[in-house]
Amino acid sequence: MKKNSPINRRDFLRTGSLLSGGLLIGFAVPAKVVQRALAPVATELNAFLRISTDNRIHIILLKVEMGQGIWTTLSMLIAEELDCDWQTIQVEPRSSGKGTDFAQSLAIQSTGGSDSTRSEFDRCRQAGATARAMLVRAAANRFGVQPSDCRTENGYVIAGRKRISYGEVAREASALPVPSVTLREPKDWKYIGTSPKRLDSPDKINGKAKYGLDVQFPGLLTAVVARPPVFGGQVKSVDATRARALPGVRAVVRIPTGVAVLGDHFWAASRGRDALKIEWEPGALVAVDSTTQLAEYRALADTTGIASQQKGDVVTALAKATGRIEAEFRFPYLAHAPMEPLNCTVRILNDRCQLWTGTQSPLLHQAEVAAFLGFKPEQVELNTLFLGGSFGRRGSFQDDWVMEAVHIAKASGKPIKLVWTREDDIRGGYYRPVYVHRARIGIGPDGFPVAWQHRIVGQSLFENTPLASEIVQNGIDYSSVGGIHGSPYLARIPDQAVELHTTVCGVPVLPWRSVGHTHTAFVMETLIDELASLASQDPVDYRRALLNDQPRYLAALTLAAEKANWGMPLPPGHFGGVAVHAAMGSYVAQIVEVSVDRQQIRIHRVVCAIDCGLAVNPDGVRAQMESGIVYGLTAALYGEITLKEGQVQQSNFHDYRMLRINETPVIDVYLVPGTGPMGGAGEPGVPPVAPALANALFAATGKRLRRLPLRLVDLTKPD
Amino acid sequence: MPMPTYTLTVNQKTYTVKADAQMPLLWVIRDLIGLTGTKYGCGIAQCGACTIHLDGAPIRSCSFPVSAITHQQITTIEGLSPTHTHPVQKAWIDEQVPQCGYCQSGQIMAAAALLKTNPHPTDEAIDAAMQGNICRCGTYPRIRKAIKKAAGLTP
Repeated sequence: MKKNSPINRRDFLRTGSLLSGGLLIGFAVPAKVVQRALAPVATELNAFLRISTDNRIHIILLKVEMGQGIWTTLSMLIAEELDCDWQTIQVEPRSSGKGTDFAQSLAIQSTGGSDSTRSEFDRCRQAGATARAMLVRAAANRFGVQPSDCRTENGYVIAGRKRISYGEVAREASALPVPSVTLREPKDWKYIGTSPKRLDSPDKINGKAKYGLDVQFPGLLTAVVARPPVFGGQVKSVDATRARALPGVRAVVRIPTGVAVLGDHFWAASRGRDALKIEWEPGALVAVDSTTQLAEYRALADTTGIASQQKGDVVTALAKATGRIEAEFRFPYLAHAPMEPLNCTVRILNDRCQLWTGTQSPLLHQAEVAAFLGFKPEQVELNTLFLGGSFGRRGSFQDDWVMEAVHIAKASGKPIKLVWTREDDIRGGYYRPVYVHRARIGIGPDGFPVAWQHRIVGQSLFENTPLASEIVQNGIDYSSVGGIHGSPYLARIPDQAVELHTTVCGVPVLPWRSVGHTHTAFVMETLIDELASLASQDPVDYRRALLNDQPRYLAALTLAAEKANWGMPLPPGHFGGVAVHAAMGSYVAQIVEVSVDRQQIRIHRVVCAIDCGLAVNPDGVRAQMESGIVYGLTAALYGEITLKEGQVQQSNFHDYRMLRINETPVIDVYLVPGTGPMGGAGEPGVPPVAPALANALFAATGKRLRRLPLRLVDLTKPD
Repeated sequence: MPMPTYTLTVNQKTYTVKADAQMPLLWVIRDLIGLTGTKYGCGIAQCGACTIHLDGAPIRSCSFPVSAITHQQITTIEGLSPTHTHPVQKAWIDEQVPQCGYCQSGQIMAAAALLKTNPHPTDEAIDAAMQGNICRCGTYPRIRKAIKKAAGLTP
């Protein structure tokens, strides 16, 4: 989604000048006993790492760790060039507004789009190489030799029999000019392509890892908010008498999003919220109802939309075609439901504001909070913690939960930790939008498509966001159509039109893991499967024929088919389905094996092959594929948020279900040894699994499911 | 009305807390005692993120009122092993289980309780014991492997 940022040499130079300009923290080599008592004083070498006197490598990352393993992968890139000991690496999140201001682009300061390894691949290696060169020069000066006489090994500079640790020369190194460096040749890589143990695991198995919800300090109150039951509703009147009388309730304040109750702890605040008597002004969205919305979207799909791509005369070609498919697809709203519900801690002081939260876009919040409080951005200190999942929810362009917390802190004059309950999360909006697709396909005598008319109806994700100029053009939000627009399946079709109707509706929406591909891959891959079946062709062979000039699709498809023994008989009652889709620069094929027993869908196995180009951390890529598959299967089988008279009908995990371990198939992931440009890993595992499952269910039942979530009951009652 | 006082033994340490009788053990542990390794995920015993041990047996602390505790020993993730080297914890690192990690305290407590009563669980026993614990990152395949590894079985 985002463009890769080329290495900016100026960033390095600026970083260097900041360093020599006196950013060095006081430096000393204390005696061992003292060293244990004091935190080791560290020297900042460049934007990305500090090497402390005890030879610890502190890697300070702007990219946030939300499960994707990025702390480990980016540290590998730095370690590759720095030549340090893996065991001495310690990763810290970079706080915004604490002294050093990097004023980097949004793409650098935010984490998303499955972009981090790609965007940081050169930058992190440059950082490591630059630091190493400076350390070597500093050590050479000490030894009285030339840098070319020195080599490095596991955090030491060595020249003949002389040996000195990085930590011992870090301060001298930081005063040296920033040199130009040459990166290592792939044949000399030691870390890239390996799968070291994740750096965040030790703290994640003993309760030490700190998430936003774990922030505690004396005087901190917990806030829970009563929000309108209908999006955009307003408080008409509030009676907080009973709430205020409860033990532990400290304050009740009105904020733009509702009424906040502040308590000594979560339980007091949440009991207080239960005791509020609020009359709500429902607002305009009370008219939003999933049933009527669907009818409106279907009616729109009957009319011509704005074309994102168009060729020939699709209407005439459809009329002339020897065979036709006409199909409609429906996708519901989906909540991201990260395991850690949203939260944000805020302390407003006279001259600054401190925030603690897990977020994908700290810089956006910093600017927004500063503007609201009348501070300069550098007076807003934003501390990011581990994110207990996100999947797009913590990438909100509206800063929704952060600003809500700031409003509470400002209105109450107290330091507060805002906590959303699970119900708040499921009902709180910012969903993957509802979409309807209508496709009309004309089939030629050889069984391949000759005409394709495709209409998509749904809300825009990126209009009125900071990314609009990149993604929305001429009325087309390309995230709504990407995956169909530009699909290689359409490339050779002479008569075609891909059209979009962007709807406007007050239900807040956000990108959800794999963004538009969540729906476009399903439509495309089930339609291609249907065409294959109408042509009496094997679904893998049919795809291969259509993708014969697409080596990366073919590589993923071929590897998955081979590993799944595609074409060989499955156990009795088991059926296979395939899908292949490219997203975020990676090409992923998946084969799902299912059985259907007493109206129950059982998924036995998913075989996945990915071509992401160079896999810096192969096990990390595998983990993300597994994760994407479980995430995608959850949505395929259960995900659905519905509205009735403007109110969300689901509320927690009992009615917004998640895939559980007993429903999880065996998942086998294989990596294509690809040499193409590097792709992402966090999201591309999601899109193919739902269509592969639907295609397997077609193999099992002979019927096509075109409404998500997939329900066998739809086979008998299609509407 | 004065709030009742409760004496709790958490990770072999004694704490005295004043709390509303209905206050769930989860919030007592997190907000009154200050041990934040036990997580809030749903509040209705649907996700297992808040799993702790009561005399070695797994419970959902989000739905367990503090007043229901009598003399039981409470163990949280922080107290599972003084050196964080419980076989389940070691296997979790070896098999690279955690992703976001938020649910893993609960997963590990559930797995440790399973292995205590069933040291060599079958796949079905693992699924049965672990199906109350949701992982949104989808680490389930690795959880299965790690439990087998901790049990000394070939994953």
